[in-house]
Amino acid sequence: MSDAARDMGQKVAPSELTAGHDPHGAPYGPVFVGARRAELDELLTHYPTKMAALLPALWMVQEDRGWVSADAMVEVASLLGLTPAYVRGVVTFYTMYHQHPVGRYFVQVCTTSPCNVCGAEDVVRALLERTGCGELGVTSPDGRFTVIEVECLGACGFATPVMINDEFIESVTPQRVPDILSRLK
Amino acid sequence: MGYPQKIHPRETPVLSKHFGDAEALTLQGWRARGGYAALEQALGMEPAAITNVIKESGLRGRGGAGFPTGMKWSFMKPGDGKPHYLCCNADESEPGTFKDREIMRWTPHAVIEGCAIAAYAIAAETTYVYIRGEFTEPLREMTRAVKEAYAAGILGPNAMGSGKRIDVHVHKGAGAYICGEETALMNSLEGRRGNPRIKPPFPAVAGVFAQPTTINNVETLAAVPAILTNGAQWYKGLCLGSPKSTGTKLYSVCGNVRYPGNYEVTMGFSFKEFLYDLCGGAPEGRNFKAIIPGGASVPIMTVEEAEGAVMDYEGFVAAGSMLGSGGVICFDDQQNMVKQIARLARFFAHESCAQCTQCREGTAWMTKILERIRDGGGTPEDLDTLLDLAEQMTGKTICVLSDSCATPVISGIQKFRQEFEALIPPSRSRVSTAAVATAVA
Repeated sequence: MSDAARDMGQKVAPSELTAGHDPHGAPYGPVFVGARRAELDELLTHYPTKMAALLPALWMVQEDRGWVSADAMVEVASLLGLTPAYVRGVVTFYTMYHQHPVGRYFVQVCTTSPCNVCGAEDVVRALLERTGCGELGVTSPDGRFTVIEVECLGACGFATPVMINDEFIESVTPQRVPDILSRLK
Repeated sequence: MGYPQKIHPRETPVLSKHFGDAEALTLQGWRARGGYAALEQALGMEPAAITNVIKESGLRGRGGAGFPTGMKWSFMKPGDGKPHYLCCNADESEPGTFKDREIMRWTPHAVIEGCAIAAYAIAAETTYVYIRGEFTEPLREMTRAVKEAYAAGILGPNAMGSGKRIDVHVHKGAGAYICGEETALMNSLEGRRGNPRIKPPFPAVAGVFAQPTTINNVETLAAVPAILTNGAQWYKGLCLGSPKSTGTKLYSVCGNVRYPGNYEVTMGFSFKEFLYDLCGGAPEGRNFKAIIPGGASVPIMTVEEAEGAVMDYEGFVAAGSMLGSGGVICFDDQQNMVKQIARLARFFAHESCAQCTQCREGTAWMTKILERIRDGGGTPEDLDTLLDLAEQMTGKTICVLSDSCATPVISGIQKFRQEFEALIPPSRSRVSTAAVATAVA
């Protein structure tokens, strides 16, 4: 995160301080083999440069592994003819790429003004309580949930929208929270 | 009432006609509703003729800038021997705006058809639809619809048997409001950090991959098939006021309002009638206090200003704001304007790409000051500091995110100064801020 963001009090997850390797020390196995490699090769035909496939390639990494590790950045870099440092520069710019593992369910609540005036902060409080996370950005003790606030999700008329991993849930209220969470194992 | 409510009789559904109609999602269903007839017609025309129709129609960019679309297309020089590109800007992230999302998830083929017609008109063989990463459903529907179109030979090396190549690729963003800025979008597409570029060069000269590029918003492109089918005169006729603003606009209504949703009305509609007759006014037992008519980047309006406004590009400017993206954010009398303006500043601070010093530091600094005022630690000098910052942040940066952060602050202090002052005891001065902060904490 930028220094300005740190100044504003954004929480730093403890594992952000590690070098971005697997926290259990497991050896890295490449993502782009077999079907994934074929998919990347096909994707490269859509763009006149290899670099343009960077964001899509990083999505493939995150879909497979749940986060983008330093080892994955090295793999992607070598496949696309980029430096690992360049890839890290891109990864750190975009909010949706996780640079460390997150809970099994990554819960994002929009709290920008249109949702803010419709009770988004109450939804955040309800989620923090029911998931056992207690605090934003901190994974719950059972490892199932991480809850964060995000900026406008583009569903303002359906306040408050909540994303859980890829699932986009509209019109969430504190009353709906227990129901929504109970569906998640 | 706007979708997801039933269509209000005073709406003019062109883009939103098929919202909620699941059958319109498939190629078959879309064709049954007249889809792809416009593309077929277009492929039999000269590209320049298509651009002329769009010019005549008066269509203007619906992403927020309102630039005349036909004029933008005409900047693409034919026969220059360079690959041309079309980018469909589906990065909808302006707070208060949620129209492109609906267009894509209900009528993906309208977007594809619009892109195909535009691409043919500007001699672009490749179109990228840049969809923000959070739009799960639009991504799914657009990807599926593109596959359908390829399978049916509508897209590909021989689009609808015309001998022309039209390729459309969906490209997923990864969380960055700034990538809705056209030059940042192009950088992101190229696989870079989403930093905006200095203009000139303009995209039509050197855009993606340094080649001539046109970037259009989803809503703009979705209007193209209907314009071709019904004609420029028809589109020009959908206008109750200034002839410089034609056609329909999808307004995303949200916040403290009785019937939130997307409403499609002709240009020149009365904002007062819109807010009360169509949107139902403020929630039960409350009154409006402030309205933002065009997304977080446009000036906040008082209720009085809003009630006197005409809903088109010129009308909103005359009433003290801008049409922008058409994201209508309603604040009722229970809201704390300082808190909401502070939250908007936090949004811009979070989204700043951090290239320009004024934006990177100014958005964060404004947020700190506003939150301090919100929490009772403000000083009389703070409002002057905020306005001074706002001036430094306006018209002096590579892109207008900086200006956008300044806008709600300037209009907020201008029109709701009493709310700021109420939180700042006059006796408090900078000297004793530290002591006060401790006392307040």
